[in-house]
Amino acid sequence: MDVQELYEMLKKAQEPKGYYFPADRSWVDGLLKGLLKNKERYGYMVCPCRLASGDKEKDRDIICPCAYRAEDVAEYGSCYCNLYVSKEWLEGTIPKQYVPERRPVEKMFA
Amino acid sequence: MTPPVKLYTLSTCSHCKSTKKLLADCTIQYDFVDVDLLQGEERSAILEDVKKFNPKCSFPTIIIGDKVIVGYKEKEIKEALGL
Repeated sequence: MDVQELYEMLKKAQEPKGYYFPADRSWVDGLLKGLLKNKERYGYMVCPCRLASGDKEKDRDIICPCAYRAEDVAEYGSCYCNLYVSKEWLEGTIPKQYVPERRPVEKMFA
Repeated sequence: MTPPVKLYTLSTCSHCKSTKKLLADCTIQYDFVDVDLLQGEERSAILEDVKKFNPKCSFPTIIIGDKVIVGYKEKEIKEALGL
């Protein structure tokens, strides 16, 4: 699968759920490339902005879309890595702010 | 004189790439480690270092002189660099 195919597939699946890609296509493509790289490395699309262990069970909560996306988008209008944003974030009616890591650090060292 | 700049990054992370680009655009020299490209003991040792600066162990972790900045926070990075 290439970046364009992944873009179309995810857009179609996620927009109806209220999760949008930011307008900056090069930003989105960079993250999609990271996802495809991780698929190649680990066999699953783990968040490109997090360090995967390579053990699918341990990484389950950070496989995209991660377990923290809903809370992050509800609170900040964006997920941690900024692949998915809310309509308000996209339309600029809420401030674009840094999304702190919500994943407990213990999970990384479990 | 610019203080020493050290980054702990992931090769796939866009926030990490933006940080490297900002520093390059400002012609700031920096050292970095892409932690996802390390394995085994080498990775564990670096993660222990990251933890000391940033207990959440998230990326990018940016060290400018004695300041630690977590995440691509352009304003804070520039301030720490005195730009």
